[in-house]
Amino acid sequence: MKHFKGMTIPYIFWAFAFIVAPFILIIIYAFTDGGLSLTDASFSLDSFRDIIDPLYATVFMRSFETGIITTGLCFFIGYPMAYFITKFDEKMQPVLILLTTIPMWINLLLRTYAWIGILSDNGILNSALKAFGLPAVSVMYTGIAVNIGLVCNFLPFMILPIYTSLSKMDPSLLEAAYDLGANKIQAFVRVVFKYSIPGVLNGVILTFLMAISAFVIPKLLGGGQYTLLGNLIENQFISVGNWNFGSAISFILAIVILFTISFLKKIDPDDEV
Amino acid sequence: MSKKIIELKNITKSFDHQKILGGINLTIYENEFLTLLGPSGCGKTTILRIIGGFVEADSGEVIFDGKNIAKLPPYKREVNTVFQKYALFPFMNVHDNVAFGLTIKKMNKKEIHQKVSNMLKLVGLEGFEKRNVNQLSGGQQQRVAIARALINEPKVLLLDEPLGALDAKLRKDMQTELKKIQKEVGITFIFVTHDQEEALSMSDTVVVMNHGSIQQIGSPIDIYNEPRNRFVANFIGESNIIPGIMKDDYLVHFDGFDFPCVDKGFLPDEEIEVVLRPEDIILSAPEKGQLIGVVTDLTFKGVHYEIILQGDHRIYKVQTTKYYEIGTSLGMSVIPDNIHVMHKMKEEKHETF
Repeated sequence: MKHFKGMTIPYIFWAFAFIVAPFILIIIYAFTDGGLSLTDASFSLDSFRDIIDPLYATVFMRSFETGIITTGLCFFIGYPMAYFITKFDEKMQPVLILLTTIPMWINLLLRTYAWIGILSDNGILNSALKAFGLPAVSVMYTGIAVNIGLVCNFLPFMILPIYTSLSKMDPSLLEAAYDLGANKIQAFVRVVFKYSIPGVLNGVILTFLMAISAFVIPKLLGGGQYTLLGNLIENQFISVGNWNFGSAISFILAIVILFTISFLKKIDPDDEV
Repeated sequence: MSKKIIELKNITKSFDHQKILGGINLTIYENEFLTLLGPSGCGKTTILRIIGGFVEADSGEVIFDGKNIAKLPPYKREVNTVFQKYALFPFMNVHDNVAFGLTIKKMNKKEIHQKVSNMLKLVGLEGFEKRNVNQLSGGQQQRVAIARALINEPKVLLLDEPLGALDAKLRKDMQTELKKIQKEVGITFIFVTHDQEEALSMSDTVVVMNHGSIQQIGSPIDIYNEPRNRFVANFIGESNIIPGIMKDDYLVHFDGFDFPCVDKGFLPDEEIEVVLRPEDIILSAPEKGQLIGVVTDLTFKGVHYEIILQGDHRIYKVQTTKYYEIGTSLGMSVIPDNIHVMHKMKEEKHETF
């Protein structure tokens, strides 16, 4: 292993330059008030005081809500999918997993634009409803549209870790549960689901993180009327130019994510980290 | 023997058009330690899984305590299994693993606790309740698996090659231990193994299987001393198998000589096969033996030497505690009681199993 130590140097450099250094900059910007300049900046908590504004508090709450709903939907759709994939024979499983990830080969923007085509007032959804004589619905630029977009994009990130967990399970564990008197439901709850908890937690963390910080999907499907934290940060950096405020929100988001992960990791009985 | 507990009637099973079991009939009694013995692929594990309810037979009946349970799911059967790789739940500690069956039955916690600690005492794991199962040794995991099965007070315990993963010394200890546990709980054990020594040392009854059919059922002594055919003779212990002719009751002819024996009831001049166990062949000076051979090979085996002798008709394998130079001419003789005559086996239909 000693010989390979040198090979980590490029990675360490890369991680420092593109992860650690920018994060330090974000912290510096968050706690100062000098705008873009770092030279005449002085310590200040002004940016954090601004966040208390009810307008921003709403965005925070909405982001959380979206994160939880998206994660929940991904779980309730993704778990059964992962579970049933493991029921197929071994040659079929990789094909099915490939199918679930194929959408990711297409650019995120294209996929999201496709949803606009489906969900907009004159889109496929409403045409279909009309064809069946049903009243039209207006979902475009609402939380529903954003959630649909997020779920569709992040579902593979829920399915993959759960599938990985479940496929590692020795089938004799299930037989042992039946043998010891558990019926199908009891065996599932007490053995299969418990076994897959590490995968579920990984899936939940991944989708929650991506959902709470998403900005392209809410921008396109929410049309500016459904602003999430990601959009707020983007606006501060790109349109408004208030890097201090943008950094403060990013910093808080990072702290929230950190707490969420450490909380979820605590539930996982096997995790030694 | 005592009451019947399980009866298999004409059980057949195929997987992918390959016949695994061809008409198995077997009666298992209460309190019996029965071993299904055979090479891998002989169908022994399939029988166990049919009794456990994990595999459904294509045809035939599984009578348990007088009722046909062929269609009953595993969780409704009064049998428990110790799986080949133990199948302990990795996310539970020892206590919760052993308690699993009782928790499903919703027994109250205090009672469960009591039973678990009694059961752990029985298998020699007192005080291991809080241990993580992944940190136990193979032998300890094995004991947990046994405790987890026995705590449900099954009428029959199924053990699927449970000692396969243990090293030789631990294996021996566990053999003794298993036998002791079986006597203590007083239920039927059905044990699957491919290890003939394991089968002989633990069982009340051994069922020797090959190619999906039963070759012989009997006590370990019967199986060893009176193998019914070439397969059993070869599989259990070492043997010299010699074709011969049954001249008359108590008189068999092979390798050019007539030998007195204790077998009877064959057709006149029936072609038979004779089994001579290597340890039953007595070596002597050439003129005193019934057969003559020259030592061509000698291997030290610990307790004894294994000698290969070249005779006029074939080579013979003999076990002796004395050392002989290669090239020595020796006489060989066998007392009538140690000559085992078997009916000739029909040609195997599928050699390439």
